[in-house]
Amino acid sequence: MKKLHRRSFLKGGLVGGAAIAAVGTSKHAEAAGSFGGYPDSMGVLVDLTKCVGCRTCEAACNKEQGLPAPDKSFDDPSVFEEKREGGLPRRTTEKAYTVVQKYDVPGREHPLFRKVQCNHCNEPACLTSCFVNAYKKTPEGAVMYDPTVCVGCRTCMVACPFYIPAYSYSSAINPVVKKCIMCYDTRLKFGKPPACVEACPQEVMTFGKRKDLLKLAHQRISEKPDAYVDHVYGENEVGGTAWMYLSDVPFDKIGYDTHLGDQPIISYVKEFLAIVPMVLTIWPALFTGFHLLSNRKDGLKNEDNKS
Amino acid sequence: MGGRKKTLMGMAALMLLTAPTGAQSWAADGPDTVELGSLANHYSAVTFDHAMHVGVAASCAECHHHTTGLAPTDPNCVRCHEAGAQAQSVACKDCHSDKRFSAEDLEKTGGNPQLYHKGKPGLKGAYHQKCLGCHTTMGGPTGCQDCHTRNDQGDAFFHSGKYAPAPKASGGHGGGH
Ligand code: SF4
Ligand code: SF4
Ligand code: SF4
Repeated sequence: MKKLHRRSFLKGGLVGGAAIAAVGTSKHAEAAGSFGGYPDSMGVLVDLTKCVGCRTCEAACNKEQGLPAPDKSFDDPSVFEEKREGGLPRRTTEKAYTVVQKYDVPGREHPLFRKVQCNHCNEPACLTSCFVNAYKKTPEGAVMYDPTVCVGCRTCMVACPFYIPAYSYSSAINPVVKKCIMCYDTRLKFGKPPACVEACPQEVMTFGKRKDLLKLAHQRISEKPDAYVDHVYGENEVGGTAWMYLSDVPFDKIGYDTHLGDQPIISYVKEFLAIVPMVLTIWPALFTGFHLLSNRKDGLKNEDNKS
Repeated sequence: MGGRKKTLMGMAALMLLTAPTGAQSWAADGPDTVELGSLANHYSAVTFDHAMHVGVAASCAECHHHTTGLAPTDPNCVRCHEAGAQAQSVACKDCHSDKRFSAEDLEKTGGNPQLYHKGKPGLKGAYHQKCLGCHTTMGGPTGCQDCHTRNDQGDAFFHSGKYAPAPKASGGHGGGH
């Protein structure tokens, strides 16, 4: 049986509703595509060639964010062998905003380790898909979430191209989505680097202005063209992300989706989500609108003909 | 005015502190051991056996780049730093900041258009990248606790040792098998 990928589902939704979407919302998509993020926002450049898989970053995140005790010690390498359904490596959960994954790459002398957390997109799909505006992108670059307005519909989880927001089932009355907040309220806000960045012994992560990090990333590649693939993941993907990656292994071999395109996910999601309530609630009104619109256009044409 | 005067005085004080080390006899021979305590909150300080590593390394430049006056081993560095004068100081901490990513550090690196070495690692990063890089290729120890003795605070941080989580009866959700 073919599994329906949730992103294909969204794109499918777009095609299905394209006729209606074309009427009202395509302007949003254009506006979003040209935003490109806050000019002085901060970011993190992650150099995967330097990561040794020590998981100090995971321990630092757990402490900084006051997360519950982990199921296994943070120095226990057996977590790298844990698999989800479909043989996929472990992912972020409501108890772990960041996880390190291990990839055995054929021909590479050592395994490659990859730290996963929210990428703090310039134009976050979680934000644009949320119809109660529970998300906010701060000028410093962090994508924040407000549990007090969240209604628990989990649309953001479906919309995120990186499968980041996790749902906390611990409280059924006040369900909340949990994800990395770039240590905004304890560190980023005060100009300090995230806890995981500071804790990493290998300085895998470089913290700075996103625009400076981009220059640095390309400088690193041009200085050592044999040590890196010529791609800064996150420079353009889904409109750019605050967290960006350098690697010596092609990104599609280590679990990165290289087919996301450079357009923010807003371009499809907003339209798709706008359609759902519209179709259900204002279908008759919409048709009345079409009718009036075409009558008005006819009217204008007649005016034109007159003059 | 007052601010500027303070800065000047601060600079003078800094020069007083750093100048003597530059004049020391680094070139002839380094220190026997170096105390590395930048991770003191989770591990006890590492006593680095400098004398032993001098015997193992092919050249001082393997670790000290161009600062000892020898040609650097990285062809990228040679482009600008050919073998030449010895630097004022060859101590790691005098070039690699122990306050990496602090506001001052970001201003000094990111904010300075003249600076080429914008991505220069901080002190902790410099140690680990050099040590682990070489240990990996030369077959030296690479585990955290091969070099570091973790303290009680460190055990708590890693949820390990006496702070280790109790083993779960069943797999639990999210973990898988
Ligand atoms: S702390 Fe640094 S080296 Fe260790 S796993 Fe995390 S990113 Fe990799
Ligand atoms: S990675 Fe996902 S959760 Fe994070 S900002 Fe982007 S869309 Fe939102
Ligand atoms: S930025 Fe903060 S919240 Fe996000 S993974 Fe790092 S430590 Fe955790």
